[in-house]
Amino acid sequence: MNMLEIEDLWVQIDGRDVLRGINLVIPVGETHILFGKNGSGKTSLLMTIMGFSRYQVVKGRILLQGEEITHLPPFERARRGVGLAFQRPPTIRGLKTLDLLRACARGSQEVLALAQRYDFLPFLDREVNYGFSGGELKRSELMQLLAQDPALVLLDEPESGVDLENLQVVGEIISQLLQKGRRRSHRDKSGLIITHTGFILNYVHADVGYIMLEGQVLCAGNPRELLEDIKKFGYEECIRCRR
Amino acid sequence: MSEVKAKARQSLSKKAPLGPDLNLEDFVREGGAWSYDPDYSRFTPEERGHLLRAGIELTDQEHAGTFLQADAAVVHCRVNRPGLEVMPLTRAREQHGWLADLLWTLVPVDADKYTAYAELTPGNGYFIRALPGVKVPEPVEACLYLRTDRFAQPVHNVVIVEPGARLHIITGCTTHPQVRSGLHVGVSEFFVREGGHLTFTMVHNWAEEVHVRPRTAVWVEAGGTYISHYILLRPVKTVQTYPTVTLAGPEAVASLNSILIAHPGSEIDIGGRVLLKAPGTRAEVIARTLTTGGTCISRGHLVGEVPEVRAHLECRGLILAPRGIIYAIPELEGRAAGVDLSHEAAVGRIAQEEVEYLMARGLDEDQAVSTIVRGFLSVQIEGLPQTLVAELEQAVQESGKGL
Repeated sequence: MNMLEIEDLWVQIDGRDVLRGINLVIPVGETHILFGKNGSGKTSLLMTIMGFSRYQVVKGRILLQGEEITHLPPFERARRGVGLAFQRPPTIRGLKTLDLLRACARGSQEVLALAQRYDFLPFLDREVNYGFSGGELKRSELMQLLAQDPALVLLDEPESGVDLENLQVVGEIISQLLQKGRRRSHRDKSGLIITHTGFILNYVHADVGYIMLEGQVLCAGNPRELLEDIKKFGYEECIRCRR
Repeated sequence: MSEVKAKARQSLSKKAPLGPDLNLEDFVREGGAWSYDPDYSRFTPEERGHLLRAGIELTDQEHAGTFLQADAAVVHCRVNRPGLEVMPLTRAREQHGWLADLLWTLVPVDADKYTAYAELTPGNGYFIRALPGVKVPEPVEACLYLRTDRFAQPVHNVVIVEPGARLHIITGCTTHPQVRSGLHVGVSEFFVREGGHLTFTMVHNWAEEVHVRPRTAVWVEAGGTYISHYILLRPVKTVQTYPTVTLAGPEAVASLNSILIAHPGSEIDIGGRVLLKAPGTRAEVIARTLTTGGTCISRGHLVGEVPEVRAHLECRGLILAPRGIIYAIPELEGRAAGVDLSHEAAVGRIAQEEVEYLMARGLDEDQAVSTIVRGFLSVQIEGLPQTLVAELEQAVQESGKGL
């Protein structure tokens, strides 16, 4: 059973191609990693899977657990089990973080207990993302995902801007979201994660890594090996390899 | 003729500097002969529902005092707490000889035709006073009610919070369900004496063709606090008001909060001015304006006259309809070195990015928009009646529709 299937996906923003023929399959229980230079289309891919209106699908299909979701609005996708932690989430003035967490949970999670477990109680009374530091933003995003409890976890650079103190917590929450503690056959969540540093690889069982360039997936392989290659040879080598 | 009346006569055709000019003769003075109603028994269920939407509960319970004026007639007035005075202004003038000298000391009688009209037309109004040191635990409920169509209702209100006293007044101004048009002119002069604390919550719930011209001034002495909440959620033809608070004594504090919704056909022009005249005074003027097709002018003016004062002005507007207009005019005036005045103004529409962010959390589009509007309008109002909280929620839901 596949969690996510993407078939020949072409996406435009304001008439400009940002994804060009993406094909991707993530089986249930697997976590895949996206590498790539800035502007290569990684965030566009995640935003398209979440269904943001700015990302116009001009060709191709997205299937979640066998059901086509290509043209569903974001809330329908969220309710079917897609959850996205944003790289740069917007501020919602006047809305308390606790109220948003409760909305995410839709009555299925004990939000206060979750917040206590991850030392998030002091943030509950604050306006959503207002005045949060980089690390606090990431923690807030991940707390929202914990409350949502999605089947498909999409993480956009979860470690960027996070200080050392917060890194540990961020890693622990991601482990929890993607069921690192369970045996492979017992995992029912899947993940698609954008990372530049590879920090995340210590906290998840990453099965496959991809390198994206100019809106396309160039190659797939073992994520740690890919990361080593990128560190050693840079993305330029990927371009040459492809040619 | 007294000097005050003479001044008023000379000003009867003086246009107000702001707001559309009104012809006072377009309105009538023949109101209903409403008689005193000690147990509110003369209000129909329909009227009760309408009054509730302005926060008026028509009960003497849980209120320290009540005052209800229909057109020009005071139909209910009661005090439930010692140390508190609630009465029609006419009676207060008889009871307190000193009151005559206090009237028109904060609002000039010759400010414009509306103040002049209020002086020259017998219209009554309320007098509410907390005696020295009396901390009134429950709110006083005051209602100014337009019960006759096209009626002109001028009132003169006086509130005095004596030294060390504490008072919360909830004023609901509304119309009979069948009333479409009318004029409300409310002159209000509030005095917060040394160390006093006044919270004044005013809810306006008028009809589509009603014009409203409040003329409000507040005097706050040393260590005193004045907190105002003004809520206008329903359609009205025009409202123009620019309350002025004078922080006259050291460490006096003012906080003016407005929640305004301009519906199609409504033209509202609402300001808040604070004069910081003594060291250590502080003020905050916060306006949340929202238009669903009407025009809203949101003014604010902070004047720092001496060093060591601090004040902040915040006008935020949300345009929810293609033809809505929000015009924010913040003004800061420093008249001494060492003043600390700031402002923040922003007018815009709901960001699609915010809506979709919430949709990615499982909220549908209507829920996401309502959540953002609710957050935008969120101003913590102490002691707001539950019915009004529900009314605010309904207004939020309705405002987000059709986006």
